[in-house]
Amino acid sequence: MNVLYFAWVRERIGVPKEQIETSAATVMDLVEELRAREERYALAFSDISALRVAVDQDLSDFDTSLEGVREIAFFPPMTGG
Amino acid sequence: MKILVQDAAFDAGAELNDFTKAQSNMGAVVSFTGIVRDLDAGLKQMDIEHYPGMTERALEKIASDATERWNLGDVLVIHRFGALKPEDVIMMVATASKHRKDAFEAADFLMDFLKSRAPFWKKEQTDAAQDWVSSKQEDEDALTRWE
Repeated sequence: MNVLYFAWVRERIGVPKEQIETSAATVMDLVEELRAREERYALAFSDISALRVAVDQDLSDFDTSLEGVREIAFFPPMTGG
Repeated sequence: MKILVQDAAFDAGAELNDFTKAQSNMGAVVSFTGIVRDLDAGLKQMDIEHYPGMTERALEKIASDATERWNLGDVLVIHRFGALKPEDVIMMVATASKHRKDAFEAADFLMDFLKSRAPFWKKEQTDAAQDWVSSKQEDEDALTRWE
């Protein structure tokens, strides 16, 4: 699965994109998996309420299933306009 | 419906004229232009990051939601990304309709959703610091008036 990071999430994790092999069932399961991996992930994902997630480019919730999902992106609340 | 996400600068006046001329039998055109504001600390640069692919999808969704809700002849959205300076044009929206109320309301709706539902992030650089712009609760609250 392609995992993308934007804005300060990207800066904290240190890469804009990576390929991750996971059997996580939901977005939240993936977050837990990443948190346990390394300090930089634990830091980036320390406060989920400060984050938004897009699953296959649709804004989604953290309890969204990852079945059949190809791309997931984590980022702070958007500031367009 | 025209939606452009680009790093290149654009002439908002020329875009508005082209948009207006392209309409037939529309009594009203409303436009909004967003411009980079300077900061008290002196803004050196504003960097706008976006999510290629999702950005276009999100903008198309917002624009098509607007056309379902109001009687619109046409919608234009242009949003820049990359490095911008104070006074640069960041983005514009324009709506065309038979009557002004639809055009005004739809433009207002587009801006509210563009602020917090399109994947753009702004970072401000001053001489002293660089910081990601935080989202505002009032922007999130603004969406509830369209429910």
